[in-house]
Amino acid sequence: MGHETYNALRHFADSWGLLAMFVFFVGVIVWAFRPGSRKTYKDVADIPFRHEDKPAQD
Amino acid sequence: MINYIKLIVLGVIAVFALIAANYARDVAYMVHAIIIFLVAAGMFLWTLRRTDEPVPAAVAQKSYLDGVVRAGVIATCFWGVIGFAAGVYIASQLAFPVLNFDWAQGYLNFGRLRPLHTSAVIFAFGGNALIATSFYVVQRTSAARLWGGNLAWFVFWGYQLFIVMAATGYLLGATQSKEYAEPEWLTDWWLTIVWLAYLAVFIGTIVKRKEPHIYVANWFYLSFIITVAMLHVFNNLSIPVSIWGSKSVQVFSGVQDAMTQWWYGHNAVGFFLTAGFLGMMYYFVPKQAERPVFSYKLSIVHFWALIFIYIWAGPHHLHYTALPDWASTLGMVFSIILWMPSWGGMINGLMTLSGAWDKLRTDPIMRMLVISVGFYGMSTFEGPMMSIRAVNSLSHYTDWTIGHVHSGALGWNGMITFGALYFLVPKLWNRERLYSLSMVSWHFWLATIGIVLYAASMWVTGIMEGLMWREVDANGFLVNSFADTVRAKFPMYVVRALGGGLYITGALIMCYNLWMTVKRSPAVEADAAAAHATPAE
Repeated sequence: MGHETYNALRHFADSWGLLAMFVFFVGVIVWAFRPGSRKTYKDVADIPFRHEDKPAQD
Repeated sequence: MINYIKLIVLGVIAVFALIAANYARDVAYMVHAIIIFLVAAGMFLWTLRRTDEPVPAAVAQKSYLDGVVRAGVIATCFWGVIGFAAGVYIASQLAFPVLNFDWAQGYLNFGRLRPLHTSAVIFAFGGNALIATSFYVVQRTSAARLWGGNLAWFVFWGYQLFIVMAATGYLLGATQSKEYAEPEWLTDWWLTIVWLAYLAVFIGTIVKRKEPHIYVANWFYLSFIITVAMLHVFNNLSIPVSIWGSKSVQVFSGVQDAMTQWWYGHNAVGFFLTAGFLGMMYYFVPKQAERPVFSYKLSIVHFWALIFIYIWAGPHHLHYTALPDWASTLGMVFSIILWMPSWGGMINGLMTLSGAWDKLRTDPIMRMLVISVGFYGMSTFEGPMMSIRAVNSLSHYTDWTIGHVHSGALGWNGMITFGALYFLVPKLWNRERLYSLSMVSWHFWLATIGIVLYAASMWVTGIMEGLMWREVDANGFLVNSFADTVRAKFPMYVVRALGGGLYITGALIMCYNLWMTVKRSPAVEADAAAAHATPAE
């Protein structure tokens, strides 16, 4: 790999790449704690107890 | 029609494998070619006998595909015992070198058996446990039958073939000398095919799910499957010297190769042994405790934090090497940050029991799951600490590392797998309960004491040899030779082999218990089950 490619990737990784990942991560946390999420998560936490024996029928 | 295509493909593979066996440049390759021939020829005959027979009506989507999970449970027990036995044997070889028999030199000496042990426990025992439980969990939490029909069976049998090829390759000397990635190119290519099929089955099932939400366990399983595919492909980029031989040459060289290897190696721990098994935790702990996970929000933060951070931690394996300092410092910092999501997950697992702590006293399966989460917490504290450069200068290349790996593997991976097996077998074979709960208690204590003996002896011997290696006298000369440390370690090696012996004894008791559960435990009565489903009048 050429030195220029290395430098370009390196600069992207410690600037925009880093920022994008950080923003995504903060977004996930904000999303998890959004208003009204408590009710949704209370419901989905019960998923393992719903279809033990057979698939949902439609 | 599909059978005719299958017959052509299998026939071509069988003939090609025989040609390959004839031209083989080394024994390992020849044995692999013969194994492939036998499998392809056997499947050819099997398919031939079914061709143009009336096809049974397509199975309705009214039930789960559990046959492949049952096969996975059996394979997990089988490979577990093999892997533990290999471990106890090589531990004994280290204590008593006479066990490297002269007549078996080149096949059963420590160097050949060591990768056999690590691959057997991680990929054969752990991998089968992951595939089986992921198939079980993804169906239940998606309320849908596995996607792809018999593709799940291809994944199961294809994975067993990979294990057999890897194991025979090690014994016959085919290795690319990369830790946890020893198999040569032919075996690697085969695993890639099997793994992509696994990914397809898993994603296909999630796509056709009836639950609108993807349950958190499936997020962990999916990240494990995708990341392992990526790691496996990049770390095994190599060019075969000949298509008739097992030897290949790595594309990367020098420190780039080392960095790729430990990017792979540490994420094999992070995604195979951690994320995948956390998928198990998020299903089986709530099921056994009969209450939902402590905090679903925490599980989401746990997931994203874990996968965002783990992928950077690899360079801590390369302190004091040709790797630039900034890179190994980066790995060290991320390893320490990793402590937080790890303990967040541990707390989430343990607190699922809040309000039901009495189950710890009454339910030995729950005890097994809880101690596994406890060991997870312990080894995810120890790991970050050992990644710190100053600590690493003492611990690296010593038995402390071996002890750390085993408190994670025996404690966390082993115990949660045992708990899941005890949960699964009565369900999968339609039994009311396990054959014997007191045998589960015996297993629990034998395994726990075994791990304590193992970890404690490795701490002592690891720190001791680390200190002995760096000890210098007043004139600056090293005090100890390497052989001095080997002699000093003898008693700890005996204790370690003893700990392993206790651990495999517990596993054998488990196998007997599960066998008797299938043979002897009363079946769940059909009318009782029906009565349960009918609302009270």
